[in-house]
Amino acid sequence: MKQQDDLAPQTFFFERFGLDAGTLEATLGSALARRADFADLYFEFRTVQSVALEEGLVKKTTHSVSQGVGVRVLAGEKTGYAYSDEVTAERLQLAAQHARQIAAADAATAAVDLRRGPGEPPHELYPVAPDALARPLPERIALLERVDRAARAYDPRITNVIASLSLEEKLVLVANSAGELVSDRQPLLRLQVSCIAEHGGRRHSGSFGGGGRVPFEFLVGDDERALAFAREAARQAVVAFDAVDTPAGQMTVVLGPGWPGVLLHEAVGHGLEGDFNRKGTSAFSKLMGERVASELCTVVDDGTLPSRRGSLNVDDEGTPTRRNVLIEKGRLVGYLQDRLNARLMGVAPTGNGRRESFMHYPMPRMTNTFMLAGEDDPEDIIRSVDRGLYAVSFGGGQVDITNGKFVFSASEAYLIEGGRIGAPVKDATLIGNGPDVLTRISRVGADLKLDEGVGVCGKDGQSVPVGVGLPTIRIDGLTVGGTQT
Amino acid sequence: MSTPRPELVDVATAAVERARRVGATACDAVMIEVESSSTAVRLGEVETVKLSRERRLGLRCFVGQASAVASTADLAPGALDAFASQVVEMARAVAPDPVAGLPDPALLARDFPELEIADPAGLELSPEERVERARRCEAAALGADPRLVNSEGADFALSAAHVAYASSLGFAGSYRSTSYALSVAPVAAQDGSMQRDYWYDASRSLARLADPESIGRKAAERVLRRLGARPVATQQVPVVFDPQTAATLLSHLASAACGGALYRRASFLLDRIGQPIASALVTIVDDGRMPRGLASRPFDAEGVATRRNVVVEGGVLKSYLLDTYAARKLDLQTTGSAARSVGDVPGATPTNFHLAKGASTPEQVIASVERGLYVTGLSGFGVNGVTGDYSRGASGLWIENGELTHPVEEVTIAGNLLDMFRGIEMVADDLVFRSSIASPTVKIGRMTVAGR
Repeated sequence: MKQQDDLAPQTFFFERFGLDAGTLEATLGSALARRADFADLYFEFRTVQSVALEEGLVKKTTHSVSQGVGVRVLAGEKTGYAYSDEVTAERLQLAAQHARQIAAADAATAAVDLRRGPGEPPHELYPVAPDALARPLPERIALLERVDRAARAYDPRITNVIASLSLEEKLVLVANSAGELVSDRQPLLRLQVSCIAEHGGRRHSGSFGGGGRVPFEFLVGDDERALAFAREAARQAVVAFDAVDTPAGQMTVVLGPGWPGVLLHEAVGHGLEGDFNRKGTSAFSKLMGERVASELCTVVDDGTLPSRRGSLNVDDEGTPTRRNVLIEKGRLVGYLQDRLNARLMGVAPTGNGRRESFMHYPMPRMTNTFMLAGEDDPEDIIRSVDRGLYAVSFGGGQVDITNGKFVFSASEAYLIEGGRIGAPVKDATLIGNGPDVLTRISRVGADLKLDEGVGVCGKDGQSVPVGVGLPTIRIDGLTVGGTQT
Repeated sequence: MSTPRPELVDVATAAVERARRVGATACDAVMIEVESSSTAVRLGEVETVKLSRERRLGLRCFVGQASAVASTADLAPGALDAFASQVVEMARAVAPDPVAGLPDPALLARDFPELEIADPAGLELSPEERVERARRCEAAALGADPRLVNSEGADFALSAAHVAYASSLGFAGSYRSTSYALSVAPVAAQDGSMQRDYWYDASRSLARLADPESIGRKAAERVLRRLGARPVATQQVPVVFDPQTAATLLSHLASAACGGALYRRASFLLDRIGQPIASALVTIVDDGRMPRGLASRPFDAEGVATRRNVVVEGGVLKSYLLDTYAARKLDLQTTGSAARSVGDVPGATPTNFHLAKGASTPEQVIASVERGLYVTGLSGFGVNGVTGDYSRGASGLWIENGELTHPVEEVTIAGNLLDMFRGIEMVADDLVFRSSIASPTVKIGRMTVAGR
């Protein structure tokens, strides 16, 4: 199990699998042997090392290596996809033959010249050397033991701590029939801490974490960031002991900064993905140029933020990522595109073609999605609400693209009474309508914050890492799914 | 590529032997091979064809009570030696866990009953026939009504899996399974607003899969009845869950009944064995050997014989679902419920987990409600497995005087799972296994519906 060294990813793939540009060109040529518009190859080599500590003991330590290649052929609106976890010239040919089945027969073989296209990604957003990410197992375990102690020291009611650390390194190489040959090395670190608190026969849990495309140092630097994550998980667990029943019905809701940006991800982000809009199945279809939010709202999806979990130098089709404005001062101005949907809609790809692994074909996906800061003082925003809910931490969310209805679940929220933050409330789901909810935003804070770097987005069974961000905002009317009527 | 492939169980056994040779005091290996295809048709044309094949080996090694796990797709004989050594090295770097270890050998599977989970005949369907099934399904959906104007497509998926497990206790076994699934998601429009819904069927055998037209028609019926949906006022009312949404309630209960949540003390079912946790109408069974079951298997991910576990009987919690580790933590015995992804440690999961059917028809259940909500869709993650607090987005139909009236959307339903299971007032007779967790229609006496 030799670790990949500092070879450029392209050289690494060529050496490991005995490939050369000629083999890739021949495979692409074969993939295009029918009447197709485009073909690409996606090579991936991924190692994931994880350690999980529970009850102060290492409960698991794992190391997984996966490698393979996906061959895709596009013809009109059709996609043919085949992959193999054996990477040989023979397997590549077979995958190309399978993938091209969707195209009509009878075309001349197109010659592909991989030396024509650009080779290197345009930016270097996460320059993390392999040995700055991976650390010896004892060092990783020692960090988790300190996390465990920090969480327990926060409050005596903390009875169990589950801490897990995952270090991933993914090498990718994309070659396509346009002659592009692009490679990237994508590090990804994630620390997750869950705490169980018990008191008087009642139990609560809290969880928190962080990470990104960062070196291991990220966790121990900046005044022991990992321990701050641990204390935050512990705080969320014990604050729940004071929680009262959540009110039910429509009310004014203030969202705190950072992770509550999951609102944007669900309420508008998915609805602006190119595939749904090309097919006309999104509640946002035909709304381009229309007002979909209050003038205070500008929402962007930016894959170029250095070191962020949702960032990529190039997307999984080899297109450079960029900053895409989706909503500008309330008006819908942009969709998120991969190559297929961009071509069919007659626009340029936006660097949002992403996939979970070589076992999946790319789709339009978000990267880091957030709202730009406004001008209001966050405390003023809370003071402006007579009765409502202040939600600061969220679990997951979901959206029905077609009718626009989205939900997201608050895991830490407080009553607002007379402009002041009151008692914490139990977990509750918030529900709204995507094309409508942002029009109800009446205040936007100056305190834009991005999340800590643990987000995962699922679509059609594919998971990819993403980021979200939000300043404090006030929404005049959102349905809160509590129990108190 | 011309040499014949070794049998999967031989690869697993070889990995166990190598690990023993390089210092593992105990070990087990899982080897999987899955071939699958999915064919999607949208608006009558092929949209995507995806073919895949995956082979992977997972190896868990113990050095005394310390253990580590790794997985690889690199199965060359030379690579296997280095792989085994690496896992043993990792285990040596870890502190011992007094509870860790392989299962009690007496519990290992000895009989391998015919579970009817493999039907290789269906794998012979030609690419054209696969397209045709998806096309017929979508055509039946879109042809049902002029308001069905668009589609997210129909998908016909089939897969064949071969799983082998071997351990240093001397166990070595393997089984094959197949699955077939056909689904469709039509879109309906009316007065400028759109709705989408879906229907599907899944089966171990192609012959038992529902015919494409019936799936299409059911999807059309489900989406059409959503047109014109609106929120209702916030109120507390009885809530009826259709079989699909009722099955999600069961899945929350199953998670809380599984070993991992219990030994971590993160379950609302902790310390409740022998106590009433549901109404007397509720009996829940997890049957790992149900013939043709979508989650049936002769042995679990630790080689332990699978079995039929009665989890709840007449409302009383009778058993948890446990793997070896959780069982030892709780001072109980494994229930043969271990599952694992290839590169991970085993953990308990439900198999064919279902609520036994009751005596009423679904129509009688709806007719019993004067004012309430009939739920056909749920969304979001608002379920707290530690406390049982429940709050999710819901859609469905409003019930007035025992009859379904207008469609409802943009509301939430909230309560606590224990109160909800205790509040089950009726269980219908419409239990069908379309997925491994299944339920008939159920009625809960009172929940909070939040809307306008």
